[in-house]
Amino acid sequence: MALFMGAGSDDTRFVVFELRLPRTLIGIFAGLSLGLAGALMQSVARNPLAEPGLLGVSSGSAFAVAIALAFGASTATLSVGLAQLGALIGCFCVIGVAQMQGQRNDPIRLVLAGAALSSLLIAMTSLLLLYNERAADEIRFWVTGSIAGRNVEQLLSLLPSFAIAIACVVYVARPLASLALGERVAIGLGYKPGRIRLIVVFAVALLVGAATAIAGPVMFVGLVVPFAARALVGPDIRRTLWLCLPIGPLVILSADVFSRLVAQPAEMPLGVLTAMVGAPVLLAIVRAHRLPTL
Amino acid sequence: MSQSDTVSLGAEALTLKHGKTTIIEGLDIRLPSSKVTAIVGPNGCGKSTLLNGLSRIHAPSGGAVLLDGKNIHKLPSKEVARRLALLPQDTIAPDGITVSELIRFGRHPHQSALKQWAMSDQEAIDYALKAADLSDLQARLLDTLSGGQRQRAWIAMSIAQETPLLLLDEPTSALDLGHQIEVFELIRELSEEGKTIAMVVHDLPSACRYADHIVAMKNGKIITQGSPKDVMTKELVMELYGVECDLIPDPMTGSPILINIKRVKS
Repeated sequence: MALFMGAGSDDTRFVVFELRLPRTLIGIFAGLSLGLAGALMQSVARNPLAEPGLLGVSSGSAFAVAIALAFGASTATLSVGLAQLGALIGCFCVIGVAQMQGQRNDPIRLVLAGAALSSLLIAMTSLLLLYNERAADEIRFWVTGSIAGRNVEQLLSLLPSFAIAIACVVYVARPLASLALGERVAIGLGYKPGRIRLIVVFAVALLVGAATAIAGPVMFVGLVVPFAARALVGPDIRRTLWLCLPIGPLVILSADVFSRLVAQPAEMPLGVLTAMVGAPVLLAIVRAHRLPTL
Repeated sequence: MSQSDTVSLGAEALTLKHGKTTIIEGLDIRLPSSKVTAIVGPNGCGKSTLLNGLSRIHAPSGGAVLLDGKNIHKLPSKEVARRLALLPQDTIAPDGITVSELIRFGRHPHQSALKQWAMSDQEAIDYALKAADLSDLQARLLDTLSGGQRQRAWIAMSIAQETPLLLLDEPTSALDLGHQIEVFELIRELSEEGKTIAMVVHDLPSACRYADHIVAMKNGKIITQGSPKDVMTKELVMELYGVECDLIPDPMTGSPILINIKRVKS
């Protein structure tokens, strides 16, 4: 508190305002974005396992960023739009793959399709890095997911698209809740399911792209956050979305604090930590006798 | 029932296709207002497709569905939802939804992102709970109810929608006899209050007992329609289902009952 009043040594001020504050803000931002995106995807896919990281949306975004880096961009000037475009393409790829034949509403099927797509994109990203040393240095830390070493200006550049995404979420929450009652019921209530899904995919791409641009492809946050929210307030997407707002940042920030503590004086990348927590949660959901109907 | 509440629903030269297969071609129909219409016919005759067409779920390949004389697909969907409620066959409810939460969805067509909850909404919900006899169960989770209660909750959602038209696709198909009657009697009560109702029904005697108007379909065409007493003959049963039978009037209600049922080997 005293710091905000202008007290404290220069060193402390530097640590708080130049390192910790941006890092915390970015953590809040990434947590909000990924939590909301996960909740939206799970609702629209009727699948508690649908998660931007697992389904290759984050990897699509990361791949787009890697291409940009390979062609001379730097992480500091990285275009958010590019990461969002990559996320959008990732969304459409996984929807396409998942609908290719067979039983469409099998939750595991969508995750398999996503895992395949994700692996492919990660492999292609690695290939790019292999051939481009400069990009490799820029991206190596970023690609594991981290909220360290970014500045507030980068965060500010994400705000316009974040605002659009939030507007989409506000608009789509009620229709999306009715879509949980089945497509025909939603039509009967005067909604257009195709349009609802399109807006959701658009919002997810904006959110995941922005989060990926600033924090790298952080896995499992989009899985764990809505999972916790649903456990607390039940399946209605409107309540889930509200609850993701505090839980998302909470998860990322505690993971970040922890990632600084476990490997002192070095840091463990945030993405590694979320994967270590998220993967067991994923297994627990799959192992649960019955997947919840969304 | 006030003048503005009477609506008409019908179709002219309606053609409906599933992919490239034509299910219904050039069909004309008009639902009699403030009556219960039962659409009957063998499996695959197109009765559910017709209902989906009438409720704008299935877009026509030819002809038009007319709501108050206007093409239903040219009207804003939300406006249609204030006049026509629909209960599909394959309803799914998310785990953990309560009866009153479900019924509240029926108010969506009357609300918007800005105007989310009004007194009229609460009144409509209370009325729907009362009409479907669910007032004591409103806080219960939907999946803890019996099949009949659950179906009544879905119908209550449609009641809360406050539409003069209600379309139901096999509302009793998954229910045992007692629960079937529970649902059919609710449908009758709604019709007595002035709603125009159309439902797809599998069971002929129930259709005769609870509907004012029968529409009999085969191979995507309407073979005959009219009051149960007029259209229900042993010849019709033979034509629809390839089943021989005799018809006698129910001693209590006078509606036709099937006896001596035999399958004709083809």
